[in-house]
Amino acid sequence: MKKLLLGDEAIAQGALDAGLSGVYAYPGTPSTEITEYIQMSPLAKERGVHSRWSTNEKTAMEAALGMSYMGKRALVCMKHVGLNVCADPFVNSAMTGTNGGIVVLVADDPSMHSSQDEQDSRFYGKFAMIPTLEPSSQQEAYDMMSEAYELSEKLQLPILMRVTTRMAHSRAVVQCADEARQPNELNYNAKASNWVLLPAFARKRNDIVTAQQPLLEQMAVDSKYNRYEDGKNQELGIIASGIAYNYLMECFPNGCPYPVLKISQYPIPKKLIRRMTDDCQYVLIAEEGQPFIEDQVRGVMPGNAVIKGRLTGELPRTGELNPDLIKKALGMEIGENYATCEDVAPRPPALCQGCGHRDVYAALNEVLLNYPNARVFGDIGCYTLGFLPPYKAIHSCVDMGASITMAKGASDAGQWPAVAIIGDSTFTHSGMTGLLDAVNENANITVIISDNLTTAMTGGQDSAGTNKFEAICRGLGVSEEHLKVVVPLPKNMEEIKKTIDEEINYHGVSVIIPRRECMQTLQRHLKQKKAAK
Amino acid sequence: MKTDIILCGVGGQGILSIATIIGEAAMKENLYIKQAEVHGMSQRGGDVQSNLRISSNPIQSDLIPLGGADVIISMEPMEALRYLPFLAKEGWIITSSTPFVNIPNYPDIETIKADLEKLPNVIMLDIEQKAKDAGVPRSANVILLGAAQKALGIEYEKLEDAIRRVFGRKGEAIVDANIKALGIGAAYSK
Repeated sequence: MKKLLLGDEAIAQGALDAGLSGVYAYPGTPSTEITEYIQMSPLAKERGVHSRWSTNEKTAMEAALGMSYMGKRALVCMKHVGLNVCADPFVNSAMTGTNGGIVVLVADDPSMHSSQDEQDSRFYGKFAMIPTLEPSSQQEAYDMMSEAYELSEKLQLPILMRVTTRMAHSRAVVQCADEARQPNELNYNAKASNWVLLPAFARKRNDIVTAQQPLLEQMAVDSKYNRYEDGKNQELGIIASGIAYNYLMECFPNGCPYPVLKISQYPIPKKLIRRMTDDCQYVLIAEEGQPFIEDQVRGVMPGNAVIKGRLTGELPRTGELNPDLIKKALGMEIGENYATCEDVAPRPPALCQGCGHRDVYAALNEVLLNYPNARVFGDIGCYTLGFLPPYKAIHSCVDMGASITMAKGASDAGQWPAVAIIGDSTFTHSGMTGLLDAVNENANITVIISDNLTTAMTGGQDSAGTNKFEAICRGLGVSEEHLKVVVPLPKNMEEIKKTIDEEINYHGVSVIIPRRECMQTLQRHLKQKKAAK
Repeated sequence: MKTDIILCGVGGQGILSIATIIGEAAMKENLYIKQAEVHGMSQRGGDVQSNLRISSNPIQSDLIPLGGADVIISMEPMEALRYLPFLAKEGWIITSSTPFVNIPNYPDIETIKADLEKLPNVIMLDIEQKAKDAGVPRSANVILLGAAQKALGIEYEKLEDAIRRVFGRKGEAIVDANIKALGIGAAYSK
């Protein structure tokens, strides 16, 4: 059956066809559509495949471990920075091993289209000593899923699959299986001695996993996804991984004259690389992300070949690749083209018209006119756009949840007013624990949980804490008198300003919750209502 | 055949539904398709684009090289110019003439129009007005698609069929409105 699928959708369909029992994920561009596809899939519904959003990537990874423990196949999806959040269970999942297969799907975002860094998840795969897959096409992404689950169950290791923005968010026709494999039955094969990571037991597992490494490398040498393609002109050899392989081939519509080593499975296939460094005078390495292969090739392959790539300037050190950058690295001419039009102005994203965050920032800015040294610690979400004009309202944005903890640290340092602004979904993702720290020391901070009842930035997914925020704050010890709820609308401006001002002047932890539905989900809900009539 | 298309506009203007219709028509013809989209932060009122490539031969890159696009279809005139370095010298620009002003430094629209008119192959239409006049205010983007029909190299009937399949489950009225819009645009196609 042929389907026109986004890379993300091909991964989701591949997992379902491989007999998936549950997907666990927190929304994050460019990975969100995988879980959304499974949520909408009739097959997933019929089979009762778990697909509800997790509170964060760590809870997602751990739930997947539980499902694997019981013998079933689980998928964990996240954007690259989400892997930092679940690094603890992720790395330890190689120590416990798997029972049912686990695929950890991480979508990296080189050039940072929607992210705060461009870290390369392949390093995590190496670090955790597990096989890593990096598809070059949507078809490969689909095909790799069932093989990844087989491999995971055979090796008793989780498998990392790394994609990048252009793979996640690009559509192509994918040939899918006509029938989906049956999900695994629940079993009790998981051995507690593997899964209890007490030092004495973990050491044994560590020895086993370490001893598996030569096997993993041999598998990469034999993998059908790693391919040595002969070329007539051996002056230059090219190693291209993942989507960079496509950009390379785009430059040679009639076939590449140079030998090409395509890499889509790691650890790096040293034997194939050695063949290239022996055969060729120069080797160009094209990879999306950081110089992961290049660093290793330089480290372990003295060889005869001169290595060129991101570290020597033939390719840019940072940012996404594209066909033109590869052409340039190969010394080929760029096609004739028009110059950039000087009259075009940049159009950065902005908060939607009517968005409640706008009213929150308008009120906050007016109040803070009286406190010229106030610092507002921001967080990750639509409201990060409050840094841009016209609001210019926040002074930091680092990672999920850092608004509250940074405000606390600033307050510890003697800063006042220290204001944290965080969204509802980000608060439950990683803000709650920081709020507990603040409460325990009665830190002099004002926390604004700007609640729009959804995970808005990624397109309006359910938010784990909806209807629970007052209870959560009370439970963490925020006092009733300093827990305020307001409705962010222009008509309530005076009340909101008064509330913010009062709470800044309370010397302890206060939480203000401005609550109004996101404009995007509101419009969607109104449309659905209209359609239902 | 091989057509490389850049679809562009401002987040929320509906460029992806144009892509869906073209993709549906191409798939029916058993053509190869690659379509890179932009999701996430820029969808909030920022500039958005999609690289759509259709071909009778396998397609390698998801991204169109510089000077490689046969057609730029834009829901907004300044956005059409943003991707100019990607347009082939003899390529076509099919664009709405209505500026979407959500930034303080939006240039003078007459300058933008003059820049567009300097190019050899441009179709610029007030699609919003035409959609309103025809009583299909929600289908302005499909008028633009109609105007691009010849530049795309896809037969009119095949786009019409694709609209029926894409909008079929939304009911006859929506299908009809979009087919009407396609026809309005096609009258301007060159």
